[in-house]
Amino acid sequence: MKFFRSHVLVSIDPQCLEMGAREIVDALNTELADWGLADEVQILETSRIGDPARFGPDLVVYPENVHYANLTVDDIPFLVEEHFLKGRVVEKFRAQETLIVDEELGAPKAKEVRVVLRNCGKIDPHNIEEYIAEDGYRALANVLTGMTPEEVIDEVMRSGLRGRGGAGFPAARKWQLCRQVPDNPKYLTCNADEGDPGAFMNRRVLESDPHSVIEGMIIAAYAIGASMGYIYCRAEYPIAVANLNIAIEQAREFGLLGENIFGTDFSFDLEVRMGAGAFVCGEETALIASIEGKRGEPRPRPPFPAVKGVWGKPTNNNNVETYAVVPQILLRGADWYASMGTEKSKGTKTFAIAGDVVHTGLIEVPFGLSLREVIFDVGGGIKDGKKFKAIQTGGPMGGCLVEEHLDLPLDYEALTAAGSMMGSGGLIIMDDETCMVDIARFFMEFTQEESCGKCTPCRVGTRRILDLLEKICNGKGTLADIDQLELLCDEVMKNSLCGLGQGAPNPVVSTLKHFREEYIAHVVDKKCPAKVCRALIRYEITPACTGCMVCARNCPVEAISGEKRQMHVIDDKTCIRCGICAQVCNFSSVAVLS
Amino acid sequence: MPTVKSLEDLKRIREEALKKREIKTNQSRVQIIVGMGTPGIAAGARDTLKEFLSFIEEKGLTDIAIRQTGSFGLDAMEPVVKVIIGDAAPVMYGKVTPYAARQIMELHVLRGKVVEANLIPTEAK
Repeated sequence: MKFFRSHVLVSIDPQCLEMGAREIVDALNTELADWGLADEVQILETSRIGDPARFGPDLVVYPENVHYANLTVDDIPFLVEEHFLKGRVVEKFRAQETLIVDEELGAPKAKEVRVVLRNCGKIDPHNIEEYIAEDGYRALANVLTGMTPEEVIDEVMRSGLRGRGGAGFPAARKWQLCRQVPDNPKYLTCNADEGDPGAFMNRRVLESDPHSVIEGMIIAAYAIGASMGYIYCRAEYPIAVANLNIAIEQAREFGLLGENIFGTDFSFDLEVRMGAGAFVCGEETALIASIEGKRGEPRPRPPFPAVKGVWGKPTNNNNVETYAVVPQILLRGADWYASMGTEKSKGTKTFAIAGDVVHTGLIEVPFGLSLREVIFDVGGGIKDGKKFKAIQTGGPMGGCLVEEHLDLPLDYEALTAAGSMMGSGGLIIMDDETCMVDIARFFMEFTQEESCGKCTPCRVGTRRILDLLEKICNGKGTLADIDQLELLCDEVMKNSLCGLGQGAPNPVVSTLKHFREEYIAHVVDKKCPAKVCRALIRYEITPACTGCMVCARNCPVEAISGEKRQMHVIDDKTCIRCGICAQVCNFSSVAVLS
Repeated sequence: MPTVKSLEDLKRIREEALKKREIKTNQSRVQIIVGMGTPGIAAGARDTLKEFLSFIEEKGLTDIAIRQTGSFGLDAMEPVVKVIIGDAAPVMYGKVTPYAARQIMELHVLRGKVVEANLIPTEAK
């Protein structure tokens, strides 16, 4: 075999080609030949190295791993003589910035199984070849050249894949329903409007492995008979949108999107639609309205999108994670996928762990792991050695679960039975210093703000629930308010138009169920047991005070007085309960009382 | 840009992509660094370099990286070559003619015996 001592990867991205990448490749070949180096150095073309807007035409020389950027044809003779003949790195042509390496995810933790996140951080999302190296588009090739749409649906059906958007509807069943509707053209949408606080699994996939979503969508489109697809991504995810657009462009260049894919008569194209980041647009009818350029508001179902969706035509909508896993199922088989998980929830699921745990971030585990395993084994336990109090699953419309639920298996049915839900997979873990009334108020504030205002129960109801919660947190609540709260929650859940209103009272209902005594302490005793609600706490300096004056100096309202080396006193009337004194005290002598 | 029209096309692109990845991540066990300053080239470093390359090709060796660098600062000893094998301390050779290059490959790289004739003693630290 021919041995080359050096390899040069030159970017031939369309933008680089416009800036003269082709001429650079030619000049490299000529110069190397002139110096008699042509059989020592190999030039390889690759689809993209750095962002062309910043790095211009660029190339990387191996084994030295030197990245030269913003090159012009005139630079090449000097570069070849210096670097390839004389072995000196030409500093003036070197890229000023280093390429960003995605290390957010890190190595898999114990008990993690990565299917959706398999490529994240491992491949360069800007380079389609890297995805192809990981067996990318193989599943698509197999499907288009050897399977009927019905066979694809059957295979996905057998795998037990359920929609990852939250409700867990079987993905293949949805495809089948859409396929059966005798109306054309059909559309495909991808819900990338991830909005749960603390959840970012979709962003991670879109940014680090956009081709897996694209491949999954092409396969789904083939199964359904769709000719056009839209990825609805929020504008707050600029890198995801940028990477998606690069990936779509490269897939088109390689003939994997567009007319006659893989030489068959199947044609499909994709487009990214940006949303302005309204939470309600994660609801499929609102998402469709937004794609059409209308106001992002839900409408009553039926008709379901499978019958009347985008532009009034049959539309299939799935979540990013659902599509991303499809190529793997078809490549490795339904049986492989179905071998993971529980009886009714198959495969793996990504979760975003946030809150008071040691290791926050993204994980992917098979369904059926217990909450305890997720929090203590994968998440590393509660931060600072504190005690576990509650976990909010399913985002702001999910419910909170407590100690007694810790051994529940994580799957769709078990969580729903316990009064919460899977949702998109956000897990917020709370320690014993969390006030559950305050948490309910926090989530309510979020959903209230995100309510689109179309239907009255949600628009007015969420506002009134929030008002009551604020009243309770401010120490002005009564027992009657708690009853009122329960009544309101029930009404809003029953009468709202879409999932947002139907789910919004969930955090209140579940905290009322598990932590009723905390609500009662707030309204009857006017105390906040977790010492969080500002109106119900006060700060006091204990005799452990050494009179170092740190607290007095840091108090923003000068509420602390006292002589040097004498115990200090907080004037309760002036104190604004900011807690800075407790933070700065080196002797833990500031106590919070309720 | 290549267009994928069949499974074979895809496989071919995959092979190429895997090769490119190997190039990117390849950490060779043996590194042979040839001094390519002007005095080095004048003393025939190019021929030495070529001899290393053809030896590797003849024997079909892998896990060896041939690298270049500027002058080592030992003009009297040119062409100068530095050999690093694994974690062992680097060994410097002087007056490496193509014949000596072949010796270094045969004895040092393949059999682990330092070629005393061309060795540049490094000061013990």
